[in-house]
Amino acid sequence: MKKTLKTAFIKSLPVMAGYLVLGFGFGIISENSGYGFLWVLAMSAFIYAGSMQYVAVSLLSSGASLIATALTTLMVNARHLFYGISMISHYRKSGKAKPYLIFALTDETYSLVCTGKADEGVDFKAFSFFLSLFNHLYWVTGSVLGAVAGNLIPWDFRGVDFAMTALFITVFVEQWKNTKSHIPAVIGVIMSVLCLVLFGKDNFLIPSMIAISISLSLGKKLIERKEDAEK
Amino acid sequence: MSVFHSVAIISVTAIVTALLRFLPFMVFGGDRAVPRAVLYLGKVLPYATMGMLVVYCYKGIGFTAFPYGLPELISGAVVVFMHLWRRNTLFSILTGTITYMLLINLVFI
Repeated sequence: MKKTLKTAFIKSLPVMAGYLVLGFGFGIISENSGYGFLWVLAMSAFIYAGSMQYVAVSLLSSGASLIATALTTLMVNARHLFYGISMISHYRKSGKAKPYLIFALTDETYSLVCTGKADEGVDFKAFSFFLSLFNHLYWVTGSVLGAVAGNLIPWDFRGVDFAMTALFITVFVEQWKNTKSHIPAVIGVIMSVLCLVLFGKDNFLIPSMIAISISLSLGKKLIERKEDAEK
Repeated sequence: MSVFHSVAIISVTAIVTALLRFLPFMVFGGDRAVPRAVLYLGKVLPYATMGMLVVYCYKGIGFTAFPYGLPELISGAVVVFMHLWRRNTLFSILTGTITYMLLINLVFI
């Protein structure tokens, strides 16, 4: 158990850096829009979706309709469907923790559990639970601190949030090195860039997801042949 | 705006987000066998998704005006290089992030 806690904690360190800073920024913005401590606490605890919470603040201050809110959330967060689909088998036997694991499946947590494996001798079930919990706590802590103390501390952490980008890049490279078939990874990048150019930065995620699903399904035979060749 | 409407906006955001996270498990999480096409997607999606997430992180960069996305591109390249060299996640992230902070605060001002 001690080893599991330690592994989860070490793996969560990059997320700690990113979430404390991004959460802090969210807390400040929310507080300055008139939604202080309690609102921030509620949003970070119950929504727990980084970029969406930044959007939620502007929805709140513009008094958006509930339909607009639902549609915006759908657009921004649709990518979570992918995380769910790839975690169905890994989280199948997670017992009582399962609902929480699913609720707490953010981009960053997903990037750390998507292999479905923990280190040698570490139980994946307990590992994924602690990792999810730690990350959730960082996010709540960072955002509450931002709401309470954001305007007291001179805000100059510019650039620390690159830790999130760096985390995704390392996972991408790690996955690349660990598999022979690079087709899925290449499809992911090319389709996303293509859709980004075609649909613009605010609307490209859902088209990308559709393009990726179709390309992967069409390429099933080719990709599986490569994967079998690996074994 | 009324407190009630604010609470409603937050609730709707939370519920839709949770729904997106739970939906695949609600549809395929039971004892029924998961369709092969979905199993297959579940297996290959992490690779494609991580590529999409990296692009997502780079989406807001203006490549046509100063600094032409150079801080992000250089720091990203540092992460890739460090990771290929040492295969140590924390080390790669740390060096990449420090590079980025130095670049945007000292070099590309």
